[in-house]
Amino acid sequence: MADSGKKKAAGLPLPLMQGLHGEFYRHCAAGRLSFQRCSDCGRWRHVPREICPACSSWNWSWEQSSGRGTVYTYTIAERPMHPSFAERCPYAVAVVEMEEGVRVLSQVVDCPPSELEIGAAVTVDYLSVGPERTGANDRQGEEAGDAGASDSEGIVLPVFRLA
Amino acid sequence: MKDKACIVGVGATGFCRGEGSGKSLHGLQLEAALTALADAGLRAGQVDGIMPFPNLGTAEGFAASLGCENLRFATTVNMGGAAPVASLGVAAAAVTSGLADYVLMPAGWNGYSGSRAGAIVQEMTASIPGGAIARDFYLPHGLVAPPQWYALIARRHMHEYGTTAEQLGAVALAMRKHAQLNPAAVMHDKSMTMEQYLASPMITDPYRLFDCCLETDGAAACVVTTTERARDLARPPVYISGVASAQPYPADEITGREDIFRTGLTVAAPRAFEMAGVEPADADFAQVYDCFTFEVVQQLEEAGFCTRGEGGAFVEGGRIELGGELPVNTHGGLLSEAHVLGMGHVVEAARQLRGEAAGRQVADASLGVVTGWGDFGDGSIAVLRN
Repeated sequence: MADSGKKKAAGLPLPLMQGLHGEFYRHCAAGRLSFQRCSDCGRWRHVPREICPACSSWNWSWEQSSGRGTVYTYTIAERPMHPSFAERCPYAVAVVEMEEGVRVLSQVVDCPPSELEIGAAVTVDYLSVGPERTGANDRQGEEAGDAGASDSEGIVLPVFRLA
Repeated sequence: MKDKACIVGVGATGFCRGEGSGKSLHGLQLEAALTALADAGLRAGQVDGIMPFPNLGTAEGFAASLGCENLRFATTVNMGGAAPVASLGVAAAAVTSGLADYVLMPAGWNGYSGSRAGAIVQEMTASIPGGAIARDFYLPHGLVAPPQWYALIARRHMHEYGTTAEQLGAVALAMRKHAQLNPAAVMHDKSMTMEQYLASPMITDPYRLFDCCLETDGAAACVVTTTERARDLARPPVYISGVASAQPYPADEITGREDIFRTGLTVAAPRAFEMAGVEPADADFAQVYDCFTFEVVQQLEEAGFCTRGEGGAFVEGGRIELGGELPVNTHGGLLSEAHVLGMGHVVEAARQLRGEAAGRQVADASLGVVTGWGDFGDGSIAVLRN
């Protein structure tokens, strides 16, 4: 479990590992980007919701995404608006439309901003940012895509790379 | 509800950066409130309804300071920058139904000298309806502030419709031009060229510095009562002919919207125009919530001043400048007057309809539109007439 004390120490705004939001990130930590899917109407959904907005069903399960999608839109953050992101500027925040139809707010890593464009094909990767984070972002994230992400104490974000 | 309630008093403090207002958050808004009440010819004690801006004060606090012994209507519309215009509708409903006689709406902040607007907004993110979603799904990826949220929508619009940086610049330039005619504007005496706009530093692509609203200290306020009571007051009434507010879907999350351009205003605008019995083309001016330049383009489209995708071309060629087809933000807006959370737009609309806008007066203005935009795209709109 993440706790807010450690979160402050790391300086980066991290998700609170609570409820359905926490479940989403635990699947990421296991290296399986997953979304809720309604067991009755079959609709995928993100962000997590308790019931299906399309058919009001309470029945759903986490299903693993293909991890593939396209960039729906993006912004390149040139100026830091939060101190913990200052050293990362410029960085690309993107909305990725997944093959399953849901959109997810994430970031495109290891991509020069000038090469990012709407419609670009991307695939998921995993970036460990949890309490053990040492400050090395992307390199650590590459490792995290494999067995490293199984550390139950770690918080892992789904990020994307150009396919 | 058409024409049954009126704006009867408006007021504002001075606007500044630099040394700041020297007043507390509460005191600054009290100053604007007292100015609006004096404008209406009302004693503060007559106010029995107060609608504070979200998170910037309580009705109880304002009532205590103003000596409102009969406060009986106290509520806040939790729509961020869409709150002041949405509050016009709630206040109109309150006074016409008898829940209150005189509703006071203060809004303001020390957005420069206090906690800077950017920092305040980050704190406020936690309190908006989508706060937990922003905390858990936006902030960890570095999407931390409104210009970044809305840049995502602007970039998609540029992709789908070919909207250009120069068209966003045309919005910034029009607001700046109007500020030259408004001595109260923070950007008065600071003109801007397209070259200067394009050369301003990129903040969050596609938003440059001059696409972004100002951070300023200042407050504004207005008072609403029934049309009947308005006849006995000091100033010519400004009739609330049509008013509506609405939410995008989902309102608590931006990125999953099937139609990312469909915001609260998309739903609200047709209702407000229908209530007023007029068309967008009937408006003599529009005060459009301009947190960032693209939001003006988008709201002009969604309010029906032009069709979707045409907003970029609509703002070019001086069409939204004084003397153009639809003067927009004749005071300079959030971009060049001051960031008064949208209440400045209400005050300016009233002044235009009362013929008090001096060097920036829209000739023979009789019908005007004012919009609000807040949180993740909540929208509000009022059609006002004299």
